[in-house]
Amino acid sequence: MRHRRRTWIPGLLLISPSLILLAVFVYGLIGWTVNLSLQDRHNARPAKGYVGLDNYTKLFTSDINDRFTHSLKNLVVFTLVFMAGTIVLGLIWALLLERRAKAEGFWRTVYLFPMAVSFVASGVVWRWLMNTGQGDSAGGINAIFHGLGLGFLESPWWTDPDWGMAAMAVPAIWQLSGYVMALFLAGFRGIPEELREAAVVDGATTFQLYRQVLFPQLTPTILSALIITGHMSMKMFDLIMSVSGAQWLTEVPAVYVWQTLLTRDYAKAAAISVFLLLIVAVVVVPYLIHVNRSEKRS
Amino acid sequence: MSTETVAATAPAATAPRRGGPAPRQGLPRPVARTIRYGLLVLFVLIVLMPLYVLVVTSFKSGREIGVNGQWNLPETWTFASWAKAWTALGPSFGRTFQLAIPVALISSLIGAANGFVLSRWRFPGADVVFTLILFGMFIPYQAVMIPLRDVVSWLGVAPGIPTLVFVHTVYGIPICTLIFRNYYATIIPEELIEAAQMDGAGLLRTFRSLILPVSIPGFVVTVIWQFTSSWNDYLFAIFLSNTRNGPITIALNALAGAQSPDYAAAMAGALITSLPTLLVYVLLGRWFIGGMMAGSVKS
Repeated sequence: MRHRRRTWIPGLLLISPSLILLAVFVYGLIGWTVNLSLQDRHNARPAKGYVGLDNYTKLFTSDINDRFTHSLKNLVVFTLVFMAGTIVLGLIWALLLERRAKAEGFWRTVYLFPMAVSFVASGVVWRWLMNTGQGDSAGGINAIFHGLGLGFLESPWWTDPDWGMAAMAVPAIWQLSGYVMALFLAGFRGIPEELREAAVVDGATTFQLYRQVLFPQLTPTILSALIITGHMSMKMFDLIMSVSGAQWLTEVPAVYVWQTLLTRDYAKAAAISVFLLLIVAVVVVPYLIHVNRSEKRS
Repeated sequence: MSTETVAATAPAATAPRRGGPAPRQGLPRPVARTIRYGLLVLFVLIVLMPLYVLVVTSFKSGREIGVNGQWNLPETWTFASWAKAWTALGPSFGRTFQLAIPVALISSLIGAANGFVLSRWRFPGADVVFTLILFGMFIPYQAVMIPLRDVVSWLGVAPGIPTLVFVHTVYGIPICTLIFRNYYATIIPEELIEAAQMDGAGLLRTFRSLILPVSIPGFVVTVIWQFTSSWNDYLFAIFLSNTRNGPITIALNALAGAQSPDYAAAMAGALITSLPTLLVYVLLGRWFIGGMMAGSVKS
């Protein structure tokens, strides 16, 4: 039998169509958006020439009613509530299901359920549940609080100037906690059984077992859950459009891009998109480098 | 990473025994079990609440909406709203299958090929290439949407389902590649590929007769992922189609997005829109998490 050296050329050939598509449709188009954001292109007219960073500085200095700054603040509130909510719920669910449970598949499937529903569809029901109104026409959530005698918790939800953005995170948490649970379950499954057994043999209590053995092992999973949820919240668009109809109170940059496009201010819309991309890149690129490195070490 | 520190402190030298003693519980067993299952039930109820409201509202008559509490069952059950919703959504329902099925199949196959190359048939610079592909998974689509529409109209392609199939397939390549790369890196030993090599199998033959047959768990994950994400997508849909030729999310938004929509019809529409993806999850959900656990999703 003749030993043939494996050449890498077939591999590169097989993967090259994908690489070309991604080069054009991801990196090429990003380049084009950046290019557009440096020009003056209002309406459908051709570009009037380059204006440097004007489109960006205008977002912070002369945007009507500080709309962009407002949308960024909204994004921060939304992101914090959404990340905290999905990660806490996802972790609780994963802890409940991590050891063998009766009807395991059933619980998991139900917790993953909302993920199967589109944001547009879940927006329909959440808009209805978060309705304001009195008595019989009260939204479902306010009706529950009222019925439980917790009237002080009743709220106009997403139309509340102070808490609107936090309320907007509730449907998003409902929708995606199951996904975070799945991530954590996969993480728990990746922990070698010997570690757990060794700790138990050593007389660790359940609390010590999780605190000192399992959670440290879960750190990479928690990190990726943070990155994934953070990234999801940057892109949140359909849900906000469908729950609140993208009103000023709950506007985020991802929605503002769309609203700007409707006014045909292409260059400004491009500048907002690039800004959004920069936020994502600042977080994600170091993460990808870190993952690559730690993979090489192991 | 944390692995070393734990391995150093935990007495890993102790011979691992199957079925060793259970950890000393803080709470008596029956109490702990009651709390555990009580919580599981409570969370299931919370998660299912919105779905319950969706269902009961969709069967109420227009007159009952707003005068009857949202949690109440309908006084008279009627299918009128379902009929109305189906009239609005029916045409796009079939169209969306023409979108989601090809997207799921094509991008999974591309992902499998890429994942195989990047895990077991690497070329110089594969790491850099892989990182660039991965970043594609994280880009907010807003950053490519504006020129994408120009490119589509410049190519002279009509907006609608075929355009969306292409776009979803391309932007699905990163996630499918990642899933298969991690999956293959976990389950395919290097020696296996080398053995196939020595028997004279080239890349394509190795892929077809050695790798594809063991790829089912990976395919389940990518097919579910791509099917649901293209079925549920709204952003690409509003940019690249309209109510006459677009997928169902567009039609649903037209039905439900009005200032004061017909809520019963909107709920029925939301249910119709969600049935295929829910069915996919109920039938395949087990394997979805199973596939994720098999190492196909990076943790």
